[in-house]
Amino acid sequence: MVETRVNAPGGRKFRVDLQVLGPILALVLLIVIGTILNPDFLAARNITNVLSRSAFIGIIAVGMTFVITAGGLDLSVGSMTAFIAGLMILLMNALIPALGAGWTIIAIGMGAGVIIGALLGAANGLLITRMGIEAFIVTLGSMVIFRSLVTWLANGGTISLNFALGDIYEPVYYGGPFGLRWPILVFAVVALLGEITMRHTAFGRHCAAIGSNPQVARYSAVHVERVRLMTYVLLGLLVGLASVLYVPRLGSASNTTGLLWELETIAAVIIGGTLLKGGFGRVWGTVVGVMILGLIDNILNLTDLVSPYLNGAIQGVIIILAVVLQRARKSTR
Amino acid sequence: MTLAEAPLNNNTSAAPRSARPVLALRGVDRSFGPIQILHDINIELYPGEVHALIGENGAGKSTTMKIMSGYLAPSKGAVELDGQPVTFALSREAEAQGVTLIHQEFNLAQLLPVEQNIFLGHELKRGWLLDHPTMRAQTRALLARLETPIDPRTKVSDISVPEKQMVEIAKALSRDARVLIMDEPTAALTTRETEVLFRQIERLKAEGVAILYTSHKLDEVAKIADKITVMRDGRLVVTASRGEMTVDQMAEAMVGRELSDMFPPKRPAPDAEPVLEVAGLSVGGMVREVSFKLGRGEILGFAGLVGSGRTELMEGIIGVRHTTGSVKINGKPTHIHSVEAAMKAGIVYLPEDRKEHGLILTQGMRRNLTLLALKKFTRGLVNTAAEEAALDRSIEEFDIRAPERDVLVGNLSGGNQQKLLLAKIMLAEPQIVIIDEPTRGIDVGTKQQFYGFIHGLIDAGHSVIVISSEMTEVIGLCDRVVVMRQGQIAGEVSGEDVCEDVIVRLAMGLDRKDNGNG
Repeated sequence: MVETRVNAPGGRKFRVDLQVLGPILALVLLIVIGTILNPDFLAARNITNVLSRSAFIGIIAVGMTFVITAGGLDLSVGSMTAFIAGLMILLMNALIPALGAGWTIIAIGMGAGVIIGALLGAANGLLITRMGIEAFIVTLGSMVIFRSLVTWLANGGTISLNFALGDIYEPVYYGGPFGLRWPILVFAVVALLGEITMRHTAFGRHCAAIGSNPQVARYSAVHVERVRLMTYVLLGLLVGLASVLYVPRLGSASNTTGLLWELETIAAVIIGGTLLKGGFGRVWGTVVGVMILGLIDNILNLTDLVSPYLNGAIQGVIIILAVVLQRARKSTR
Repeated sequence: MTLAEAPLNNNTSAAPRSARPVLALRGVDRSFGPIQILHDINIELYPGEVHALIGENGAGKSTTMKIMSGYLAPSKGAVELDGQPVTFALSREAEAQGVTLIHQEFNLAQLLPVEQNIFLGHELKRGWLLDHPTMRAQTRALLARLETPIDPRTKVSDISVPEKQMVEIAKALSRDARVLIMDEPTAALTTRETEVLFRQIERLKAEGVAILYTSHKLDEVAKIADKITVMRDGRLVVTASRGEMTVDQMAEAMVGRELSDMFPPKRPAPDAEPVLEVAGLSVGGMVREVSFKLGRGEILGFAGLVGSGRTELMEGIIGVRHTTGSVKINGKPTHIHSVEAAMKAGIVYLPEDRKEHGLILTQGMRRNLTLLALKKFTRGLVNTAAEEAALDRSIEEFDIRAPERDVLVGNLSGGNQQKLLLAKIMLAEPQIVIIDEPTRGIDVGTKQQFYGFIHGLIDAGHSVIVISSEMTEVIGLCDRVVVMRQGQIAGEVSGEDVCEDVIVRLAMGLDRKDNGNG
């Protein structure tokens, strides 16, 4: 092997990297297919619909990208959403006699949603980092616990937000500035901040270092346990944020709220090119992954080419394909 | 240099017992893409002969060994087994023919017991059930033969590195190896364990096994090899019989130039106030009540057998392990509970295991370089331009050679990894630098360079602690050496007393009355 000094930073060769282009190409392809199959596909109303429905998964997936990059996993995000939504609704309903239906209650409810999310994330994170239990086990447990608690709170049925409150809260999902909807805007901001954090801050660097080799990180003055805990708190906080945007959509929570969101979230992260075993993550990829999953769902609903019941099968194929492509790159290196 | 022109046909004249080589490479070339790694390699292995293959990192030793053991196919030329050209499609086929390669990084299943590892893929059966008693008995017999008294039921993750080495050898023996290819088997062994290994090699020789052996420890090579082949830049430089080459000649043939002095001239420890004072420091059950001082501008050596607690002591000082006792820096008592706190106090540590503790092999040079001192490059966001500039300076200062700038660190040679690691810890601008095994698995040329760097650190006003299992290194670098044994300080030597004999006696516990010497 010829090894030479390389001092010129500009000497980087341009390479077509399938790993980078793959998800983007897939997204473009989906848009083209969608447009061909249904001219209404690119209509503003349809795009707005797809994006606001994907926003919940998207906001959570940004947090999941950090958790997975740092070598962790969180299976509890779906039932955590349901649990937070349930608690928020119960809290807001309970405050009506004292405060009267108004924005004050909604502000309190939103604040509580985010705080409860961060606390639940911290609980997961502490069990994983302090007790040294595997993330898979801890979050599998908390997934079942949250789901059971929301069922119990709803007494097996549905927890509904007071109608008056629901009317006031509704614009947080359906409204928004400049003709955009709030969820889309929030998703965009979260994604942008997430991308900057992952690429340009010490925290993002530390996540990738820990996911690659926690021992090296420890010897390099990285507070491994603290950073890992922070990824779970961040994820919990974002789950709280997603719940805050979700509650005004239906004004209710039940034991089917957020069902299988954990799988959709993890799938979006993996399709985006983040390594499931940790060490490498990219937030923009996750955003593309979320949109791919959302568009497949939408296209199947708009056209009658394939039964929408096959949605899951197609998503599954795409997840496996994404990982196969990751493998292919590794072996050519 | 005349050795380089020595005729290759002295191979045949030196064949000791058998006229026909059991395994031979004939005119082997090997290319990876456009780059030719091996040029016209001819090597013959004879039954009952130990053949040492030496060369700097990147000289092509590993590729040669992989071709011999069927892990790689030659691009040109032939592999001959018993005089017949063979193509091993797989290493498994080579193994079935009795050719076994023992990797430097072990191929053992960590969570399986020793006996299952030894028979992995070759399990003995009775009918369709596994024959546990026979396998256990055979494992026990093999390990006894190798003087390694471990229970066959012990999990591999629970045994020490030298024991793993022995298990690998036992595995090869269980498959009736006729040719044993060992990639730096002694790199992780202590002197005593190396002796055990050498006894086994002698025994295998007597049984007619052909052995190819690589090592960076040239004195070992001189001791054990019947024949020595030196490689440089993918070519054979010379093949010589035992006694035809001195250690110095081997080193020169490897490097291709004269190595006048490995070490810069030693400097006596300056009579300055201590920068680091450690008193009564204990680390778990591994280090007990250790006290020592490091003077400003000194290179203090730590010698001792592997497992004597040197690494644990240093890991305690930098806050990776929990400690009791006192540490003073510049006379001020300091409590260090984390690597970050150690860095703030001015102490950095270069870990002994650069692949597991030092560098992230799946990331590039820039990210690795700045990981420890990342705060220096961060004001809210990480300043990538400043990182690139730091990488430029480090590449210049420590002569880091990489095939391309964005290469993954795992694809750098060991020597360049070590240089990058040194650059990484020096970015923290420490006062005290602790270097654990500075040159493990590094070729001679880079070693010499590294010793120069260590002296450079002293010139720049740092104080250095060097831990090394290589006696020549401690002796060549340090004017004062602390010797550890079983978690305690067995003695301290300085000046004229810094010599192999005194240090070994202290390390082995032969000379207890010498305690406190110096």
